[in-house]
Amino acid sequence: MTELLLDVRNVEVTYHGKKIGKHGFKALKGVSLDIRPGEVVGLVGESGCGKTTLGRAILGLAPVTAGEIIFEGRDIAHASRAERKEIARDIQVVFQDPYTSLNPSMNIEQILSEPLLAQGVSKAEARGRVKDLLDAVALPADAGERRPREFSGGQRQRIAIARALALNPKLIVCDEPVSALDLSTSARVLDLFLEIQERTGVAYLFISHDLAVVRHVSHRVAVMYHGEIVEWGDGDQVTSHPQHPYSKRLMMAAPVPHPTLQAKRREERKALLAAG
Amino acid sequence: MSDQNTITGNAPVAPRLALRDRSLILKVLTNPLGVFSAVTVTLFAFIAIFADSLVRYDPGRIDYLALNAPPSAEHWLGADGLGRDIFDRLLIGTRFTLSGALLAVLMAAIIGCTSGLLSGYFGGIWDTIGTWFTSVIQALPGLVVLLAAAAILGTNLYLAMFIFGFLLSPSFYRLTYVIVRGVRNELYVDAARVAGLSDLRIMLRHILGVVRAPIIIQAGIITSIAIAIQSGLQFLGFGDVESITWGSMLSEGFKVLTVEPLQLLWPSLLIAWVMIALIVFANTLRDELERVGARVRRATRKSMTDHVKAEAEDAIVHPEPDRQGELLLDVDQLEIGYLQATGKYNVVVHNTTLTINKGEVVGLVGESGSGKTQTALAILGLLPAGGTILDGRLVFDGIDLRNIRGKDYDKLRGARISYIPQEPMSNLDPNYTVGSQLIERLRVVMGMSKSDAKTRALQLLDKVGMPNPEKTFSSYPHEISGGQAQRVLIAAALSCEPDLIIADEPTTALDVTIQAEILELLRDLQKETGVAILLVTHNFGVVADLCDRVVVMQYGRVVESGAILDIFDNPQHPYTRELLGAILDENGAARGAYVAPTAKAGK
Repeated sequence: MTELLLDVRNVEVTYHGKKIGKHGFKALKGVSLDIRPGEVVGLVGESGCGKTTLGRAILGLAPVTAGEIIFEGRDIAHASRAERKEIARDIQVVFQDPYTSLNPSMNIEQILSEPLLAQGVSKAEARGRVKDLLDAVALPADAGERRPREFSGGQRQRIAIARALALNPKLIVCDEPVSALDLSTSARVLDLFLEIQERTGVAYLFISHDLAVVRHVSHRVAVMYHGEIVEWGDGDQVTSHPQHPYSKRLMMAAPVPHPTLQAKRREERKALLAAG
Repeated sequence: MSDQNTITGNAPVAPRLALRDRSLILKVLTNPLGVFSAVTVTLFAFIAIFADSLVRYDPGRIDYLALNAPPSAEHWLGADGLGRDIFDRLLIGTRFTLSGALLAVLMAAIIGCTSGLLSGYFGGIWDTIGTWFTSVIQALPGLVVLLAAAAILGTNLYLAMFIFGFLLSPSFYRLTYVIVRGVRNELYVDAARVAGLSDLRIMLRHILGVVRAPIIIQAGIITSIAIAIQSGLQFLGFGDVESITWGSMLSEGFKVLTVEPLQLLWPSLLIAWVMIALIVFANTLRDELERVGARVRRATRKSMTDHVKAEAEDAIVHPEPDRQGELLLDVDQLEIGYLQATGKYNVVVHNTTLTINKGEVVGLVGESGSGKTQTALAILGLLPAGGTILDGRLVFDGIDLRNIRGKDYDKLRGARISYIPQEPMSNLDPNYTVGSQLIERLRVVMGMSKSDAKTRALQLLDKVGMPNPEKTFSSYPHEISGGQAQRVLIAAALSCEPDLIIADEPTTALDVTIQAEILELLRDLQKETGVAILLVTHNFGVVADLCDRVVVMQYGRVVESGAILDIFDNPQHPYTRELLGAILDENGAARGAYVAPTAKAGK
């Protein structure tokens, strides 16, 4: 039995409004999920289902109101800022929007060396590391002096991936990392994600609304609905033969990119909805 | 300050209020107004610092031979009622006036910005305290407080300005607070937190830079207010008798207004000059920050034809012998350009040719920047400012769309060509109920009576699958979901029984399960009404679901067009193949099972 890298146990996240006496909004209602070292776990669901909140809870950006998030044997659900600094070496993030995830007033070298400098790496060492990182994500070496606005969406996402890789983390939370990208760009960025994962053995929590994307990259897949995980298991199983009614609906709703196959899918969907 | 707050848009090209590079300072200095204010500020700063060496006489020296003397070689601007040299007193006055104003602004900026930064960044209790304090300060009548302070604490210029600075701090607080709140939610701040940066470091590196420029602008305005208030206090006689300021000179000049009106004029001129320069400086800096690119020159007739003609790479057109229906929309060799700062046109759509027959559903497919939306907007006659159709034909059912303008276009758009947008929510006015927005359209375009329009609107809501049309009718947009909003907009698009609907990514903003429902609805309604649809999308699944024909665009050109099965099964153009190849086939192999890392040798 392989030891778990991340073990999320019955996590709840409640956002409290400003009004006193009103019950807060429960974004996560007791979610459990685990990730083994070097594994890609896909988390799929629609907007507002809580999938991003789970990612943010793991990153320490959302308030965990109950449950535990155990990373390598220690509970990080309520880690202090000092502990977070330590955890930063192991858990990193790639956000959805490559436009707001990079500070427009910093150049690429500053962006990439920031996490290194925060961990006390020397400036000279950080500079060398930036070169390696740019190389790892297939960006030109002279990209360092340029600013984010000079790059396209796909290139910006590569920069964000490089930043996540800077500290050689064990887990990267990828929050819809390709959904803001064009189709062909998205395919190339996904390939990069897979290549890096296979080369470095980093684990991903891969969050997406797109079943096909999640299926493409994940070993195991969890389907989330209204703050709960409704189905969880082997990637192929969950995405090809879903059991839960919601997972079925989700699969049937995605149009197949071929007219005749889609016509068939449409009929299947109608039958499913009529039966359900 | 609201105009500053709106600038934090999320469009990739939106300018951010940040002193990003040296070129900004250069831009301000090449602007004539910028030069004026920069010269003024430098000049008065110089005078304030070196006033002692610049004066020719002791400014306190009383010359009984020169009481109220007119301007002369000895006293350039004359002498005041005690025979003191006015020019010298203005120089010395500059020092006290400006340093007093500066003290007030520094106080205000330090208190306001620090508290704004803290409460904006940390929120919670900091937020509550900050807001409470600023509200209290703002509730105090400034001038009365200053007069009271002068009465109790004595008339010290610097003390008054110190207190005034405190009273001015809310303007800096609110500005900083609003900007910091905005930046606080940027993903790069989250990324910095995940990277383990301390709050202090995040504030210094990521937040201060964005706040800096607006604060400089604000400081310019506040300094000029401080000068005005200070002069006002001195003029009223509540100032410090010891220090020479423009305000006290104003007061002295006023006393001899009827005898020597010039004595009032000199300090007034200086006050006005400096205040104008400061405000002009603030405005110039703001203008330059908000300017996108260089100043735009007017289009010339020559530049319309001067743009580089695209090299015609012919699109691959699959023969479509089975096409039915008569021609409805004919777009032929369309070229769309945007006027550049240089006065030339940047052509975004080249030689685009596409046709839509009655009752057809045509998919216009491409990635961002392919020109698909521009083409759609050109058909609607709704190209954004700066965009023009440079060349080509655009004919809808025999009507040349390039020749009609204004009201004629409005009639066509409302009644015969309608539009379904990408973002349903932002296309409904939050101030009006769904029903009233539907009725308005029916009354204006179809000339219906109010009651007829209501009946029709309810029918339409029923038709687009609203479970409870009456309830939706009287709902406000925020009370319905995104999918329902899109249904409402489809109802609106159908309301005037159009011949053509232009749907611009109608399901992109929706969840996949909602998307399936909307596609279902569009397909049913299309079959029922026989309306032609131009479906602009990047999603081949949506195309496969709905379309009869496909037009593929890349870099503003049509690269391939044909019947749907021809495009999917027999794509010819490399780009079409690349796009279809990039689709993740859900029937293909999944990732496969997890292999424990121990099985792989090392990293």
